[in-house]
Amino acid sequence: MIKPDRIVTTTCPYCGVGCNLQLHVKDEHIFKVTSPFDSPVNHGNLCVKGRFGYDYVYHPKRMTTPLVRRYLLEVKEKPAGREQVFAVSKDGQPIDSQISNLWDWVETDWDTALNITADNLTRIYKRDGSEAMAVYACAKATNEDNYLLQKMYRAIFRTNNVDHCTRLCHAGSVVALQQATGSSAMSNTASQVIQNDVFIVTGSNTSENHPIIALQMKEAVRQYGAKMIVIDPRRIELVDFAEMWLPLKPGTNVPVFSAMAHVIVKEELVNHDFIEQRTEGIDDFLKSLDKFTPEYAEEISGVPADDIRKAARMYATAKKAAIYWGMGISQLSHGTASALALINLAFLTGHIGREGTGLNPLRGQNNVQGASDMGCMPFHYPGYMRVDNPDNRAKWEKAWNIEEGGLSLKLGLTTTEILSHAHEGGVRALYIMGENPMMSEPNLNETRKHMQELEFLVAQDIFMNESGAFADVFLPATPFAEKDGTFSNTDRRVQRVRAAHAPRGQARVDWQIICDLAQRLESKLGVASAYWNYSNPEEILREMGGVNSDYAGITYERIDKVGLIYPVPTLDHPGTPTLFKETFPRGRGKFHALDYVPVREEPSDEYPFILTTGRVLEHWHGGSMTRNSVLDEAYPEARVEMNPADAEIHGIRNGDPVKVQSRRGEVILRVTVTEKTSVGVVFIPFHFAEAAANLLTNDALDPQAKIPEFKACAVQIFPARENDLPNAEIVLNRGRY
Amino acid sequence: MTITFSLDGKEITVEDNATLLDAARENGADVPTICYHDATTANGLCRMCVVEVEGQRVLQPACIVKAGAGMQVQTRSEKVIRSRKTILEMLDSTMDLSEAEEVQTMMKDYSADVNRFPDAKRRESPVIDDNPMFIRDYSKCLLCWRCVQVCADDAQYTFAINFDGRGFETQIGTFFDKPIPETSCVLCGQCAAVCPTGALKPKREFLLEQGMTPQEISVLNTGRKKRKNV
Repeated sequence: MIKPDRIVTTTCPYCGVGCNLQLHVKDEHIFKVTSPFDSPVNHGNLCVKGRFGYDYVYHPKRMTTPLVRRYLLEVKEKPAGREQVFAVSKDGQPIDSQISNLWDWVETDWDTALNITADNLTRIYKRDGSEAMAVYACAKATNEDNYLLQKMYRAIFRTNNVDHCTRLCHAGSVVALQQATGSSAMSNTASQVIQNDVFIVTGSNTSENHPIIALQMKEAVRQYGAKMIVIDPRRIELVDFAEMWLPLKPGTNVPVFSAMAHVIVKEELVNHDFIEQRTEGIDDFLKSLDKFTPEYAEEISGVPADDIRKAARMYATAKKAAIYWGMGISQLSHGTASALALINLAFLTGHIGREGTGLNPLRGQNNVQGASDMGCMPFHYPGYMRVDNPDNRAKWEKAWNIEEGGLSLKLGLTTTEILSHAHEGGVRALYIMGENPMMSEPNLNETRKHMQELEFLVAQDIFMNESGAFADVFLPATPFAEKDGTFSNTDRRVQRVRAAHAPRGQARVDWQIICDLAQRLESKLGVASAYWNYSNPEEILREMGGVNSDYAGITYERIDKVGLIYPVPTLDHPGTPTLFKETFPRGRGKFHALDYVPVREEPSDEYPFILTTGRVLEHWHGGSMTRNSVLDEAYPEARVEMNPADAEIHGIRNGDPVKVQSRRGEVILRVTVTEKTSVGVVFIPFHFAEAAANLLTNDALDPQAKIPEFKACAVQIFPARENDLPNAEIVLNRGRY
Repeated sequence: MTITFSLDGKEITVEDNATLLDAARENGADVPTICYHDATTANGLCRMCVVEVEGQRVLQPACIVKAGAGMQVQTRSEKVIRSRKTILEMLDSTMDLSEAEEVQTMMKDYSADVNRFPDAKRRESPVIDDNPMFIRDYSKCLLCWRCVQVCADDAQYTFAINFDGRGFETQIGTFFDKPIPETSCVLCGQCAAVCPTGALKPKREFLLEQGMTPQEISVLNTGRKKRKNV
């Protein structure tokens, strides 16, 4: 038996649930992870990622030395056409998409790497100004890391070109909630699901993407008598526990939810008191509902009209009902409208502002809520303070020691726009902290061109991932197990992150890298310092909380054992598990009249299937962590899911290799024939570089939220040969898939 | 609502839905448990928590018997001590308790005789290493049922494992004896988290105990996924 030298309590680095972890450390190495059974978040339960997926910290491919490109040291021209290969040798070699240009890297010391970075960033800034500078923050890093990164770009480069992967996941929900309520987070905590009488899960494969919240949903059904309605194109595992499953076609959320609203109004199931006292805009909304009859919705979505009626009645007549949703709502070219359709339902029935009710977007990343709260978005300072409001600007100018009127009032570019502006006269230098756009952006063939057009790219990461392969400087950073700070989980709980051991090799803690670089930038530009001499991460959080009142009452001491749920406006405030009890931040909740807009690319004779993308339990997003972990052994290859009826028509059997092709690209992978996906719809998880689903996806954007349409594009499927597979030796063999 | 009853000769008052185990713990009486876990449904399987209730023919498992008004309960009577001691001796004679620290402590507390059943047949089986996340060493399993419970409706609702075989041959197993990856298992490892004896153990911990270095384990993991796994 191994006796730990110490047990370090921290927060899980994977999804937004924010499970509490205990890292058992022996000889500066984590050998086991457990969870305290009295944890208020996860009650001692963990999923496979949280319990076993920490070993990427020790992976041989982990980068722990600063790297710069040879041309920078030799002071030569940057070589053109930097390439990065997606797949893959056909001789059974492991997939290693970065190897192609590793020769060009030179190991160096921190001083050299940071000076080269500072020289090039200041050179480009002096030449082209603020517009040329952009930064991707990181929803996996701490609040402190993210706050400092946006501070560096806003204070030094005077640009709001700051964004992160929220743009690719819940931007639609964030914008919709902002418009309708003035807030942008879960209104209630996940643990309140056991108080629901009825709850809707839509566009969320919760069992795989928020496994511990799914356990609470199952518990609500099995132990507390709640009724669950699943509205999803896929027959996800939760359907086994559901009262009803409404299998809608991808991208037909608005007609289905609006038809539910239509039924609620027609059958007089509305909450008149709530509408009168708490909302506005009902008249226009009611007019817009006329055409959304259940029959009309059935025609578009394929969901039987009577099921829509039954679901509407169940939701409206429940004492306490809540809605939980995921990317299936937001990742559409009308993602904002989809989320607004859900918000309308809650306003109509008054299922908001009480315990056991609410509007609950399940956030994907461990700290995507926090990174958004920290202002890593092009329209907002920390605390969702608009950048185009001079009063907000004045507050941050004061906090950052900046001359009056110094900060930019101009809205910045979003994640997707930053790359599409990567050309002469547009964005020239990009700083990426921990993101992997070459896996996570839609239409990757296009993304690759943009990456190649950047003049200078800095990657601050723990692995040389598909995007780092395009970088000019690589700064080795630290994973969750090697740093202190805080994460804010999906239900707004701010929790401690603690280092289990020192960073490996020369890797440095992210916030220290940023402070070091920022000081070099300031001295090269000869500007007054915005202050970077923090001695610990808590000082950073306190600086931010000094202006952002949501976090004003949070100290490390107060969250030492149990996290606090913000808003925490004062040092003696107990936190706010349930929002909107009295009022909405914008005053009254606003109904939005909606129209049905089809997905941008509908199936045709040439491309007859709808492709929808998502994740699997064992993997995480672009795969930097999980594909460099034992998790990859549990789920080693990409699969495309296909309904048995479609498979039979095309003569495809389970395990056959196929080529999936869209108007933008193609991938080759094996088929899983399963009723989990509906007829006419195929599903590919986007974790696998060797068969990257995002080579196929459509980069059409939601006009308001700028979120891409990951959830629906048209594809065709052709038979392929074993030899065409990137690595035919690897076969997924799991009972549950 | 509360009720009053006698625990080891002392009148005590507890909530009326309290078990005898709850009542004993609240009042400082030491009732040992093996299969019981705060996060799982109590089943009264191991019988280590038995107490003597006046008027009852046999000893009562405190983890599931509710306290009743006017009960006369002894937690350390001679009969109770003898019963607990025998349970420990029987366990020790048939299985590997080397990593069951709590049970070892109880063996000392109850002066259990490790030679009481010298001819007992031992329950021995090879270590099962069939998945990347955890190993199963059922020579160390005392059938507490916690792993089955957390896999079912005490936590995961996954139902990948259950009792297999009967009587002496009873062992925790998968349906049709399939390897773990081919079952409904989600590899959450909650079974290993509640295992009191080290029968279920994270693979990494197991390999480190076998003398491998972290570097060797990483290489092993990287290499393994290239293997054809059919």
